[in-house]
Amino acid sequence: MTLSELKQGAIGIVKEFTDLEMSVKLMEMGCLPGEAVTVSRIAPLGDPIAINVSGYQLSLRKFEASTIILQ
Amino acid sequence: MKADIRVALVGNPNTGKSTLFNALTGLNQKIGNFPGVTVDKKTGFCQLADGRNAQIIDLPGTYSLYPKSQDESIVFSILADKANPLSPDLVVVILDATNLKRNLLLYTQVADLKIPVIIALNMMDLAKKSGINIDIDLFAKKLGVPVVPISARKTEGIDKLKAAINFANKIALQEESIDVETIAPQLIGQISNEFKLDNPYYALQLAHQHETIKFISPAESERIEELEKEFSFHSQKAQASETIARYNFINDLLYDTVKVPETAQDETLSNKIDKILTHKVFGFIIFFAVLLFMFQSIFAWSAYPMELIADFFVWVQSNLHQLLPAGPLTGLLVDGVIGGLSGVMVFIPQIAILFAFISILEDTGYMSRVTFMMDKLMRKVGLNGKSVVPLIGGFACAVPSIMSTRTIENWKDRMITIMVTPLVTCSARLPIYTLLIALVVPNHNVWWLFNLQGLALTGMYVFSLISAIVCAFAFKLILKGRERGYFIMELPVYRMPRWNNVAYSMYERSKAFVFQAGKVIIAISVILWVLASYGPGDRFTRIEQKYKQPQYTQHLKPDELTKAINSEKLENSYAGVLGHVIEPVIRPLGFDWKIGIALITSFAAREVFVGTMATIYSVEGSAEKMETVQKKMKSAVDPQTGKPVFSLAVAFSLMMFYAFAMQCASTVAVVYRETKNWKWPAIQFAYMTVLAYAASFIAYTVLK
Repeated sequence: MTLSELKQGAIGIVKEFTDLEMSVKLMEMGCLPGEAVTVSRIAPLGDPIAINVSGYQLSLRKFEASTIILQ
Repeated sequence: MKADIRVALVGNPNTGKSTLFNALTGLNQKIGNFPGVTVDKKTGFCQLADGRNAQIIDLPGTYSLYPKSQDESIVFSILADKANPLSPDLVVVILDATNLKRNLLLYTQVADLKIPVIIALNMMDLAKKSGINIDIDLFAKKLGVPVVPISARKTEGIDKLKAAINFANKIALQEESIDVETIAPQLIGQISNEFKLDNPYYALQLAHQHETIKFISPAESERIEELEKEFSFHSQKAQASETIARYNFINDLLYDTVKVPETAQDETLSNKIDKILTHKVFGFIIFFAVLLFMFQSIFAWSAYPMELIADFFVWVQSNLHQLLPAGPLTGLLVDGVIGGLSGVMVFIPQIAILFAFISILEDTGYMSRVTFMMDKLMRKVGLNGKSVVPLIGGFACAVPSIMSTRTIENWKDRMITIMVTPLVTCSARLPIYTLLIALVVPNHNVWWLFNLQGLALTGMYVFSLISAIVCAFAFKLILKGRERGYFIMELPVYRMPRWNNVAYSMYERSKAFVFQAGKVIIAISVILWVLASYGPGDRFTRIEQKYKQPQYTQHLKPDELTKAINSEKLENSYAGVLGHVIEPVIRPLGFDWKIGIALITSFAAREVFVGTMATIYSVEGSAEKMETVQKKMKSAVDPQTGKPVFSLAVAFSLMMFYAFAMQCASTVAVVYRETKNWKWPAIQFAYMTVLAYAASFIAYTVLK
């Protein structure tokens, strides 16, 4: 399952990434393997989404979220 | 001022870095450019207890030393390049105490460059409030650096930070964070060897960034490239393993030193606000309400100060005319230079107010939510959620709006935004539209309630937005992206705006506008003045002689005589001659040579149109006396056809021309300043002029 499929309010644990370039940027922002993520809200038009990770809120597009595989 | 010690401020965005910078330096700061790039360089001075002057350099906020934008790439260059005149003796890394984990990544990178470091632990008040307990002594001991808890917003701990800067070590004593050499042992060893480096992390960063940094030679960069191939170095993989190693170190550190309560309480208030502000329905309603308020304020609040500024310049001009002896030099100074200067200065209130709003919206965290809400919509036409702000600001003035595109990291998105922002109906077009609509559109009500003139004006505003979106879409297809677009962005916790920062932002932006765009505007104004005040050969003397003849001097009152002379001089000036020269080109649009002059003069600024029309139709006064201009224009008759010059077709053709044409020297100047390449303003000028001509031609042909 990828982060883009996670329901609003649900918690997941990051397992790995499918895109190296994106993973580098995401990891810098504290979104690393083993980290817990919650989908805190979805933009009114359905994309992008906002997640809680490492104690703060990060927004990313659904496509970007789809490169994050959850446990 | 001489710098005894140079201190660089480094930190993540939204950590209060600018607030700390303002607290340290006060008004003792200045904005400039880092050499060769359009990144604002903020430096200031701060006096230490022992009398030494510390120069504080505010580096752009970044999440890591691996840059994602031009702004961010400056950080590594300043820190690493010892030959840079701003190379710091000491780095103050500012950390958000409520979000230490992500903030510490940048710290560990900076610390590994082995420059003396101090940590300023900001937002201590908020951290305490949400129950975060930091063992500062242990934290400092484990990292091996001084840690000063501060609250920049409340200016708490600033004196202690100054003292820490005063007593800072000259050599770096921080503990190792990760074993850098294990990431690429052979490559780091070889680069260190060949380039005589004693810092493995510096060597590793050179391997990553050698293609973009400016302080190494092309030969050196090529050598690094060879070495990378030899040791099969993969930049992104190396960066990934480095980041993981750093977070492992950070997790261990935080496990021992920081206790975070199970439930984070600070989140809830921000969450509640978000539920309303990013709501499916209310979110958009609130956003449009905010915009409406912003617009109204930009127009309403700036009207009075703009009038004052304009009046002041009129006063200065008339006084100088009386004081100085009449002659070409006085004319050039008073009408050319000061006239041009007043054209720049009247925009200050609008720019200041627009930037006050933008700074408040950014400071509170609302801007990131707008970006979040609009991204999907804007992406469809090749823009980005962050393009909303400049496009909206374009209704006031394209100049500050183009400056505000810097928040867009993606190169292509930013370029498209810059290219289409001047299409949005700015306040300078308003007097032209009002004048022309009043000329040809009847003041009737349709369907009881809508005024026809008002509808026409609203139509022009809507039309401008649509054309901006269509052009953006066209640029999306034409421009090639340099980098992949992405939208990984922090949504900061809502905070109250810091009024100090708002004031600084208003001041800085206005100042930058006056000095940077002002130079170009004055130059163009001078040229236009010369063109309109001199004519080829002895045409002017002949006109003067002609009006000295008794048939004129006896039948005309003195002021009527002056008007007649001025009007004929204008026709015979270089600008007038130019108007006649371009007449064949603009004939298909329904314009005569007089409108041609107005088109030429309003290249400097659109609002010059009304003034030029006033001069051409020899009406006394200026744009304020609209009714008179309007009457004269209404009664103007084409000598060849005997029909009115300003028919419905001509008026709409003119409005179309002004809707599209890039007739604003300030915008040209600011686009050059922001892109640092004449190619972009040139392309923009060309495409907008072509569109203007085509739209005008269509409007005239259809309505004729």
